[in-house]
Amino acid sequence: MFSRTWQRLSSVVLGSLAVPTVMADRGGLNMTQGVTEISQSIFELHMLIFWICVWIGVAVFGVMFYSIFKHRKSKGAVASKFHESLGLEILWTAIPTVILIAMAVPATSTLIKMYDTTNADVDIKITGHQWKWQYDYLGEDVGFFSNLTTSKDEIYDITEKGENYLLEVDKHLVVPSGQKIRFLITSNDVIHAWWVPEIAVKKDAIPGYINESWAIIPEGEEGIYRGQCAELCGIQHGFMPIVLEVVTTNQYQSWLDDQRAGVEAEAAAALGDFSYDDLMTEGAEVYARTCAACHGSEGQGMGSVFPALAGSSMALNDMAGHIDIVLNGKPGTAMQSFSTQLTDVEIAAVITYERNAWGNDTGETVTPKMIIDAKK
Amino acid sequence: MTTATANHNDHADHGHHGPAKGIMRWVLTTNHKDIGTMYLWFSFTMLFIGGAMALIVRTELFQPGMQLIEPEFYNQMTTMHGLIMVFGAIMPAFVGLANWMVPLMIGAPDMALPRMNNWSFWILPFAFGMLLFTLFTDAGAPNFGWTFYAPLSTTYAPSSVTYFIFGVHMMGISSIMGAINIIVTILNLRAPGMTLMKMPLFVWTWFITAYLLVAVMPVLAGVVTMMLMDIHFGTSFFDAAGGGDPVLFQHVFWFFGHPEVYIMILPAFGIVSQIIPTFARKPLFGYASMVYATSSIAFLSFIVWAHHMFTVGMPLQAELFFMYATMLIAIPTGVKVFNWVSTMFRGSMTFETPMLFALAFVVLFTIGGFSGLMLAIAPADFQYHDTYFVVAHFHYVLVPGALFGIIAGVYYWLPKWTGNYYNEKLGKFHFWMSFIGVNVTFFPMHFVGLAGMPRRIPDYALQFADFNAIATVGAFIFGLSQLVFLFLLIKTIRGGEKATDKVWEGAEGLEWTIPSPAPYHTFAEPPHVK
Amino acid sequence: MTSKLPESGTQSGPKPSNTALKLVLAAIAMFGFGFALVPLYDVFCEFAGINGKTAGPVEKVEQWVDTSRTIKVQFITTNNDGMPWEFETLQEEVEIHPGAWTQVAFWAFNPTQNDMVGQAVPSVSPSEAAQYVQKTECFCFDQQKLKAGEGRNMPLIFSLDPDLPDHVRTVTMSYTLFDAGAFAE
Repeated sequence: MFSRTWQRLSSVVLGSLAVPTVMADRGGLNMTQGVTEISQSIFELHMLIFWICVWIGVAVFGVMFYSIFKHRKSKGAVASKFHESLGLEILWTAIPTVILIAMAVPATSTLIKMYDTTNADVDIKITGHQWKWQYDYLGEDVGFFSNLTTSKDEIYDITEKGENYLLEVDKHLVVPSGQKIRFLITSNDVIHAWWVPEIAVKKDAIPGYINESWAIIPEGEEGIYRGQCAELCGIQHGFMPIVLEVVTTNQYQSWLDDQRAGVEAEAAAALGDFSYDDLMTEGAEVYARTCAACHGSEGQGMGSVFPALAGSSMALNDMAGHIDIVLNGKPGTAMQSFSTQLTDVEIAAVITYERNAWGNDTGETVTPKMIIDAKK
Repeated sequence: MTTATANHNDHADHGHHGPAKGIMRWVLTTNHKDIGTMYLWFSFTMLFIGGAMALIVRTELFQPGMQLIEPEFYNQMTTMHGLIMVFGAIMPAFVGLANWMVPLMIGAPDMALPRMNNWSFWILPFAFGMLLFTLFTDAGAPNFGWTFYAPLSTTYAPSSVTYFIFGVHMMGISSIMGAINIIVTILNLRAPGMTLMKMPLFVWTWFITAYLLVAVMPVLAGVVTMMLMDIHFGTSFFDAAGGGDPVLFQHVFWFFGHPEVYIMILPAFGIVSQIIPTFARKPLFGYASMVYATSSIAFLSFIVWAHHMFTVGMPLQAELFFMYATMLIAIPTGVKVFNWVSTMFRGSMTFETPMLFALAFVVLFTIGGFSGLMLAIAPADFQYHDTYFVVAHFHYVLVPGALFGIIAGVYYWLPKWTGNYYNEKLGKFHFWMSFIGVNVTFFPMHFVGLAGMPRRIPDYALQFADFNAIATVGAFIFGLSQLVFLFLLIKTIRGGEKATDKVWEGAEGLEWTIPSPAPYHTFAEPPHVK
Repeated sequence: MTSKLPESGTQSGPKPSNTALKLVLAAIAMFGFGFALVPLYDVFCEFAGINGKTAGPVEKVEQWVDTSRTIKVQFITTNNDGMPWEFETLQEEVEIHPGAWTQVAFWAFNPTQNDMVGQAVPSVSPSEAAQYVQKTECFCFDQQKLKAGEGRNMPLIFSLDPDLPDHVRTVTMSYTLFDAGAFAE
């Protein structure tokens, strides 16, 4: 019905109107308002200071540009001689002081609220590791590690990047809405920082010390919120995200029950039988997710910094030492202890894989029972 | 090295033969003009090296995904870029300008301690040579950020950390000696009649900066020595295992670090305070106020350090104190901006290149100051800290802030140094390319930071892609436009329209009473200042 | 190569060498100040009561017990990098009255083939509560030596000072276990 010109024109106009919305969706121009009272207060504080700065800027630059335009020699302007005024100095010292005091009042009250961790309903201990987060629900007997799941193929442009590129993990931090959650944050090694913008929680994770923060995500704001590590912590600093999953209180309780049941099931399963093939398949997957970042996707290591596993004497000869180093780590190096990070099945699988992949071909199988025995 | 900047017209008659010939002239010189020249060429070289590293970083960040380098090399690039720009480009450039101009501005024949002056310079190439050499070792260069927090920089550091510590010590000694030289020169060698309150603002701001340097560079030396002891001698200053505290590192580092950033900006305030009156043909508005404001900024800079640490888990009272103290610094800083604008107002302005850079400084540094004020608000800082919002802030105050100040000073004084006017069209072209480049690079960083992009990451989530691409384009524009500057400098040194003594119609001050180019020895007899 | 300086002190000021000497001394003093910041930091935090660190052993004295309120005290343990010992709290939390002496225990076990030395570092949250935690016996006061395959229970005897502010209802005591082999006494 409409001419092709009108159609083209209207799609351009409508399309351009969508741009701000699209931009707002995809990160956009501004800080998030977030989903908590605190995140909203912070956003309002941010906008207040921003607008004050804008108006001061308009005023000052306005005078400046007026002057640049009017008071130029090429327009015949003749320079005045005035060069001081005590009155003006006092005025433009006093007025900014008053403005700053006005800013400091809401800032102070928001900060005081942020520091009030009393009367929490849920306590979660968060430990930063190089390069993943560990979560422990105090008093609930639930704890796990949370690793980035974005594949190396996506990172190196071999496959297309997923929607949550670099912001997805294997196990979400699940919390209930409508309850006060207290976060107790520490680190296993270097300083990290735990940050989820939508709940405005950011705290440094410092080895040897415990920091605390809190959030209440109101009922109705259930959903997934993504964050990242916010303190340089080494090579994979950009690759240890956080996924917070907020669910209703009922869903949270069932989830806790599932987690506990899952751990029991894993412990029981570890006592069962595993074929060589089962272990190799699982081992390859564990290796890619946990070990490849340092030891290389082909077990080649990284120069003198991380030893190669392909063709290494430990992988070929020393099974007891191999099990010990994966369980207990190697003090004084970056090799961590994995006894708490991986299940017995995972550890058995990855050691079996390392002893047989990349031409190592020892033909040996390490079973979960052997791992349980080694821990005694 | 050029030999054309000095000239053989000696006014003095004490039997000097003028400067020596060849490379030994530069190795052994105690002449403030030669030493100033060396500092400036050194800092310009470091600007290109640090800039190349920035371009490597920006190229990797052009798109999501890892295309160019690996994360461990990326961390080396960001660390070295910061170290080289702060300690190798900005600080030595200001020292070079001080060396050239402070004696001329106060009517002194040279710096008070000329041989120490030579040592101060020559330490630097060795210090930075050592630092840059670590790039070629197996373990790689320092990779823990220019702020080198423990324990990433102690227990978990590559072996190059020891060279880094020695480099910092050497460079620190150079800065301290340079600062002592400046203070002694200003206190003792001013021409008769030049009271402190008659000194040009550039001399005042450097005088105050020098005290800051003497106060805080030794603290930096202390903190890297503590690191050295933790790493090699079994102490545990920053290791909780032995009773130490990683947060202590941050307190001591930033006690140095905050005054350090004022060290990097105060001389630029001084330069701009010389340039605007000249090209507005009107005296600086509020001279005394400018002196007091600069002094207040210097005093306040000692009590705000923990605003770099708002998320570290400080007690509430401490957090509030540092928030209030940091907000206070906005007041004297604002006063300075108002005074510059009042200097322009009802002046008779022309817009030669130095003035263009100075005016851009006023606007863009102020924008950097606004984002700084936003960062000062502690609750909001929990969302800004360690994001690109901070990166945008400090690049605004350092690049169109400190660096534009330096470039403005170079254009302003270049005819005095070389005896030749630079090509004004080329200068303006350099200005506009730099202005556009700097804004296209750093303005988008405010947005990605607010949107949630953390600092110091080699790869990022998809929603940050567009602005990162824009920033990379801007970085190349800015980087390439500095080649224009290099070309212009060499061209001007080699020849051009001859400059008068006064050079600029509105110029005032002792430095404009001597010939252009400035003779090798000047003010052998002190002038009398009324 | 050297330039001739005019008579020193064009104003009636000090000689250059005096000023230079004073500044060198100032620089040295600031270097010392940097090191002094180490103890000063602890002193200031203790004085202002704003440290999350707990103090050393105190005498176990009879004190007034505030039965009007109970405080939940949580215990958490963390193993630092490269510290493979089992390290657990035997009770996750206790409810106590301020002023009442309480004993809890922790379990540590060395599963490796080597004798090792561990050091537990305490940290308290909220940090303002730290100055109210009084300990007469704590495994964190000393290094703990465990032979290969050895394990032991480690006691902690403490109380919360009755002056603990009213708004504090939960205190979390965290211990991080480090491999102290490098600092073995």
